[in-house]
Amino acid sequence: MTQTRRAAIIGGNRIPFARQNGAYARASDQDMLTATLEGLVARYGLAGERMGEVVAGAVLKHSRDFNLTRETVLGSSLSPATPAYDVQQACGTGLEAAILVANKIALGQVESGIAGGVDTASDAPIAVSEGLRETLLKLNRAKTPQERAKAALGLRPGHLLPAIPQNVEPRTGLSMGEHMAQTAERWGITREAMDELAVASHQNLARAYDEGFFDDLMTSYMGLSKDANLRPDSSLEKLAKLKPVFGDREHGTMTAGNSTPLTDGASLVLLGSDEWAAEHSLPVLAHLVDAETAAVDYVHGDEGLLMAPAYALPRVLERNNMRLQDFDFLEIHEAFAATVLSTLKAWEDEEFCRERLGLDQPIGAIDRSRLNVNGSSLAAGHPFAATGGRIVASLAKMLHAKGKGSRGLISICAAGGQGVMAILEAA
Amino acid sequence: MGDTYSQIVNSGLGKQVAGTLGLPRPSRLRRYTPGGTLIDGPVLVGGHGDAPLAARVRTLLGERGVAVAEAPAADAPSEETLSAVVADLSQVQSPEDLESLRALVGPALKRLGPSSRVVIIGAAPEQATGAAQRAARRALKGITRSIGKEMRAGGTANLVLVADGAIDNADAAVEFLLSGRSAYVSGQVVRVGAGHPSPAADPARPLAGKVAVVTGAARGIGAAIAEVLSRDGATVVCVDIPAAGDALAGVANKVGGTALQADVTAADAGSRILEHCRSRHGGLDIVVHNAGITRDKLLANTDADRWATVVDVNLGSILRMNETLLSDEGIREGGHMVLVSSIAGIAGNRGQANYAASKAGVIGLVDALAADEGVCARGITVNAVAPGFIETEMTGKIPLATREMGRRVNSLAQGGLPVDVAETIAWLSQDANAGVTGNVIRVCGQSLLGA
Ligand SMILES: NC(=O)c1ccc[n+]([C@@H]2O[C@H](COP(=O)([O-])OP(=O)(O)OC[C@H]3O[C@@H](n4cnc5c(N)ncnc54)[C@H](O)[C@@H]3O)[C@@H](O)[C@H]2O)c1
Repeated sequence: MTQTRRAAIIGGNRIPFARQNGAYARASDQDMLTATLEGLVARYGLAGERMGEVVAGAVLKHSRDFNLTRETVLGSSLSPATPAYDVQQACGTGLEAAILVANKIALGQVESGIAGGVDTASDAPIAVSEGLRETLLKLNRAKTPQERAKAALGLRPGHLLPAIPQNVEPRTGLSMGEHMAQTAERWGITREAMDELAVASHQNLARAYDEGFFDDLMTSYMGLSKDANLRPDSSLEKLAKLKPVFGDREHGTMTAGNSTPLTDGASLVLLGSDEWAAEHSLPVLAHLVDAETAAVDYVHGDEGLLMAPAYALPRVLERNNMRLQDFDFLEIHEAFAATVLSTLKAWEDEEFCRERLGLDQPIGAIDRSRLNVNGSSLAAGHPFAATGGRIVASLAKMLHAKGKGSRGLISICAAGGQGVMAILEAA
Repeated sequence: MGDTYSQIVNSGLGKQVAGTLGLPRPSRLRRYTPGGTLIDGPVLVGGHGDAPLAARVRTLLGERGVAVAEAPAADAPSEETLSAVVADLSQVQSPEDLESLRALVGPALKRLGPSSRVVIIGAAPEQATGAAQRAARRALKGITRSIGKEMRAGGTANLVLVADGAIDNADAAVEFLLSGRSAYVSGQVVRVGAGHPSPAADPARPLAGKVAVVTGAARGIGAAIAEVLSRDGATVVCVDIPAAGDALAGVANKVGGTALQADVTAADAGSRILEHCRSRHGGLDIVVHNAGITRDKLLANTDADRWATVVDVNLGSILRMNETLLSDEGIREGGHMVLVSSIAGIAGNRGQANYAASKAGVIGLVDALAADEGVCARGITVNAVAPGFIETEMTGKIPLATREMGRRVNSLAQGGLPVDVAETIAWLSQDANAGVTGNVIRVCGQSLLGA
C-alpha cells in the first residue's frame, strides 16, 4: 500500500451536554455513548451495518468500562461484527480518535469508521483508598482463616474514605484552573477580554440553535434537547458580577463564567472513504487534511499546561504550506476563555514565536469573526472526551456550507501539557 | 396500555357478570400477520344480476387459496361456518332489487364466525342513470352501516362503491376489507375510481422498493406506521421534532430506515425532507402526514396562540410542505399521499374546536388534492384516514371514565391499536390501490361519533 487517500467526514452526532449532576446524573458513560451511537446510526441509516471500526474513549472511566466502546457497539443497532477499541488522551481523546480512524481510512485498512468520546462528571468512578485496596488484595491472597483474620486486622478507619477523582495534574498537584491562571497572568489576559469571549460563545451557540444548525448534529437525550449550560441572555454585566475562582481570589480574572463547567455528554463522528460514502449515498462534508499533536514540559520547563497547541501549529502549517490567516474557520477549544486568548496572544508575539517556536516572523493575529462562530465549550460545556467529536462534526458542516476548498483548523488543549490539532477541508 | 375492562369481562367470572348485566364483551380482533392466510374461508360470494364483481372476487380468492362457498338453496339452508360474505350489488336498478342482498346476506349473518367480514359492493350513486337506480345504490350505505352494528365477535361490514369503468380497480379494496389489516375498520365506504393499479409482485411485500416519509414517527401512531410500511417492504424516512430525537432514532433503527429531525412547521421542512429522500434514497414515493398535536380548551377560553399552533402543525404545515413534496421533483408518478385526520374533524368534539378545525381542514385538503389536475395527471393518490379512539400514550392520559366511554361507543366495543391505523395507511400506499383517491377512511370500529 503506497498510495494514501484523504478520509471523508460524513457527519456526526452528539447528545446535548448536561451540567454535572444535572439531567444525566444517573447516566453512565456507556448509556450516553450508546444513545449517541444510536442517534448516529439512525441519521445515516446504518442499522445492521458492519463498520470498519468504532473508536472512542472517556477520561473519567470506571475500571468495569475497560471495553467501553466495544460494549457500546454490542448494545447498538450496528452489526455486532463491528470491532471497537478505547483510546484515552485526556481532552484530546475525541479528536485523537477521529485522527486514528481517518488514518486507517487513509491507508485503506478500513473503509468506514466512527470516532468520538464520552464523559461523565456525575457518574464518576470513585476508588477505594490505597489502604483498603491493599487490605482487600491481601485478603484475596490469604489462604487460611488465620491469614484472613490477620489481613482483615490491617484495616484502619481512615481506609474507608473513598478517593474521588480530582481535576488536578498529578505532577504539580495544581488544578487545571490554577495552571491556567498562571499562564493568563503571564500573557496579561484581562478579565474583560475573557468575559467578552464567553459572551460571544453563548451568543453564537444560541444563534446556531435558532438557525437549526444542530438539527442534524444532535439527538435529544433524557429530556434535554439543548446544552444545559447555554445562557442565551449572557452579558458582560452579568459576567462582571462573578467572583474569581482560580488564581488570586480577590483580583483574579478567571470566574465560573469564563471557565467551562464540569459537564456530562458524548459525541461521535462518522468517517469513511469517498467510495464508501458514495456507495451508501451519504454526503461527504469535508476531508481530514492533516493533524499534529504537540506536548510541552509544563512540569520543569517554563511553559503553561495548556499551551501545547501553540507549538503544534507551526509544524502543521509548514507541512501544509499554509498561514494561520488562510483558514476560513478556527475552532479553538475554550477550556477557559484565557486558554484561547493566551494562545492567540502567543502567536502574535514576536519573541515567543522566535524563541519558543523558532520562527522568523510571528504567526500573527486572526480575524476574530472566524473564531468559534457557532459557539464553543464555554457555552456548550466540555465533557472531556466528547469535545473533539463535537467540533469535528460542526466544523465539517460549516465548511461544507462555506464551499469546496474552504479550510478549518481545530485546536484542543489537553491535560498533561498536550495539544491536538487538525485541518479539515470542505469537499 | 392495558384494556383492563376487556380482560375482566373476558375472564370466567367476568363473562358471567357481564352477560347478566348486558355489558359489551369486546372480542380479540383478527389482525394481519405476514405470511398468514388472507382469511380462513369459506367466503360466501354472490350478488344481484350478473354480478360482474363477484366473479372477480372469486378469482381473487382462488389466487389467495381461500375457499368460496355458493349461496345455498332456500329449501336447503347450510350450517357451515363462514368467514365472510361478499355481495355484489353493482347491478341493482331499483329498490326491489335490494331483496337480493337480504336473501344472500341475511341468513348468512347467523353462520359467521369471529372477526368475520361483510363486504358489499355497489356502483357509484352519483353516476346512476335514473332516480330509482340512484336510490337503490344509495341504500347500500344504510344497509352496510346497519349490518356493521349487527355484527358480533369482532366482525366488520364495509361498502365498496365502484365507479363506471373501474371494475378492474376494486380488488385491492376488497382484499383489504377481507383481511386482518382492516380489523378496526367498519361501517366505511371505499370509493374506487379510475387509475392504473399494478398488483404487487410479492403480496407479502407490496411496498418493496418504495421510499416513504412518515412525519411524527417518534411514537404512537407514527411509529406504528413506520413499522408497518417497513414490514411491507418500504424504506422509511422517520421525521419528528429534534426534541423527540432519541425516540425517533429508536424507531428508525428498528425499521432499518433513517431519522430526519425536522419541525414540520419550519419553512424549509418540505425541502429538507425531499432533499433527504432524493440524496439518500434516490427519490420519494409515499408521504404520510401524521404529525399532529392537541391543545384542548373550550373555544370560549382558547387564545390566539392555542388556536394558531394547532391549526399550523396539523394543517398549515401540510399545505406548505406539499408545495415541495407535490412539485415535479417531489413524489414520483404513481405515488401516494396519506393524511391523518380524526373523527373529531368529522363529529366535532367539545373543547377541540381548534383541533377539529385542523382535522376537518385536512379532509378539505384531500378533496382539493384528489381533484387537482397536476396531481391526477401524475397518478398520485391522496387519501385521509380518520382514527377514532386509538390506544396510545395520548389517549392513555384521558381520565378513566371518559376513556372507557371513548373505547366502548363503537361497534367493536373497544379502542383500536396504532397498528390498525397503520395498516389502513399502508394499504392506501399500495400501487394496487391506484383507483382509490380522495377517500376518507375512518379507522374507528364504527364509532357512534359523527356516524
Ligand atoms: N391517538 C388517537 O386516538 C388519535 C385519534 C385521532 C387522530 N389522531 C391523530 O394521529 C396522529 C398521531 O397521533 P398520536 O396519538 O400518535 O400522537 P402522539 O402525540 O403520540 O404522536 C405525535 C407525534 O408527532 C410529533 N410532532 C408533533 N408536532 C410536530 C412537529 N411540529 N413536527 C414534527 N413532528 C411533530 C410528536 O413529537 C409525536 O412524536 C395525529 O395527527 C393525531 O391527531 C390520533
